[in-house]
Amino acid sequence: MSSLITKVRQKQIAQTIDAGNRLDGRALTDYREFTLEQGVIEKAEGSARVRLGKSEVLVGVKVATGEPFSDTPNAGVMTVNAELVPLASPSYEPGPPDENSIELARIVDRGIRESKAIDTEKLCIESGKKVFVVFVDIYVLNYDGNLIDAAALAAMGALLNTKMPNYEVVDGEVKLKQGYTPLPMKSHPITVTTGKINDKLIVDPGFEEEQVMDARISMAINDEGNICAIQKGLAGYFTPQQIIEASKLAQEKAVEMRKKLKW
Amino acid sequence: MSEKHEKLINKKGIRLDGRKADELRPLKLEVGVIPSADGSAYIEHGKNKILVGVFGPREVHPKHLSRPDRMVLKCRYHMAPFSVQERKSPAPSRREIELSKVIRESLEPALFLELYPRTGVDVFVEVLQADGGTRCASITAAALALADSGLPMRDLVVACAAGKVEDSIVLDLYDAEDKLGDADVPVAYMPNLNAVTLLQMDGILSPEEFEKAVNMAMDGCKQIYPLQKEALKTKYLKVKEETKDEEIEE
Repeated sequence: MSSLITKVRQKQIAQTIDAGNRLDGRALTDYREFTLEQGVIEKAEGSARVRLGKSEVLVGVKVATGEPFSDTPNAGVMTVNAELVPLASPSYEPGPPDENSIELARIVDRGIRESKAIDTEKLCIESGKKVFVVFVDIYVLNYDGNLIDAAALAAMGALLNTKMPNYEVVDGEVKLKQGYTPLPMKSHPITVTTGKINDKLIVDPGFEEEQVMDARISMAINDEGNICAIQKGLAGYFTPQQIIEASKLAQEKAVEMRKKLKW
Repeated sequence: MSEKHEKLINKKGIRLDGRKADELRPLKLEVGVIPSADGSAYIEHGKNKILVGVFGPREVHPKHLSRPDRMVLKCRYHMAPFSVQERKSPAPSRREIELSKVIRESLEPALFLELYPRTGVDVFVEVLQADGGTRCASITAAALALADSGLPMRDLVVACAAGKVEDSIVLDLYDAEDKLGDADVPVAYMPNLNAVTLLQMDGILSPEEFEKAVNMAMDGCKQIYPLQKEALKTKYLKVKEETKDEEIEE
């Protein structure tokens, strides 16, 4: 990626981190302040906005009926899509999703899917024929680093806020009834991203740090502290020791965040 | 889930395809298989059959992607429509776009990108048959194809997965284990530099199980590494044989 900050600034960031500090005053393992607001879009069945540093991600959830996949006839379907909206950064351009937005969507998808966060069996209306389909749409509204964690958090926030329409089946037709029930949820994965700059690991990389970062590793941690999804990214590498270190950091941070979120 | 299918691992710890927990599938590696490509490799990893062609360093298309200070590596992972049970549409899926990205990122640390400014190298991966673990087999073959093209490299990149199947951590999952198992951890590794260049995971693992799986996958990589080197050597032995014949003809 061509850098969005000057070489001098890049050097300054790397040197500061080498010395064990960060330019925004955080310790290497500090997470930025974040907020989660739920129910911000009334027309969506579920929604949430996360602010992490100055990164801002909005997730809307829509629920519709559709066909199940043939190998899971009794399970509802979830799809995740991410839009890097052009207003969120000077480097984003309008157009079909590029590999970065596809990767972002798939990392968030994997965290939710592999932790079995949604009880998809309860989304079955008629086996093999009709199920609820949950559309999770990630909207990046401002890019200030670590979109993966912000998007994963916003997606979970939105799902926990999602209300499904009540329905009855009349002669094989699904008829919507008055009222809503919450989307059945089973677990609360939290994704934590660790970056590597000059052989030092930093938690929750900010925008400028991402311009200098060699590699990143994102881990989704479930309620029991187990790992349920991982993605290493960028053109750098980790030593096996750094991977174990990153997994310990992810678990620590997930516990801290879980406490704050009361999940 | 285990009631629905045959046990994947029997009481003696032998897997459905006859392997032990820490045993790789049979591997066959070959380089220089595509005459028109600058570098190429073919891998058979179990039932996976994958062909990789490398082109470049050459001019970058489109031109605006070219970088004044380094080479641009591009990678396309693609599955043939007939490579899986149900025909796969030949249009690139979101999975293929993501895999193209992570495969590229797993190879970049091995290359001296700064030595070839303003140029591009294309890595084309075609999966002819898939049976679980194609991203790993693709990386193993792509690194060979890059070496075959003559690009200097810091190390070969070799990849292998480990995962959890019916409460055991096992090496190199094939399709059925991947689909019915509890977790899959693909790892790409540069053995000489002790550097992990790809790491993904899906499924649920405790921190201890995860550490065990990563170590097992790296051990698998270390077993494949000498086969990679052997494949490169074999090609040059062949070249040597051929030039010997030419000398006699003169």
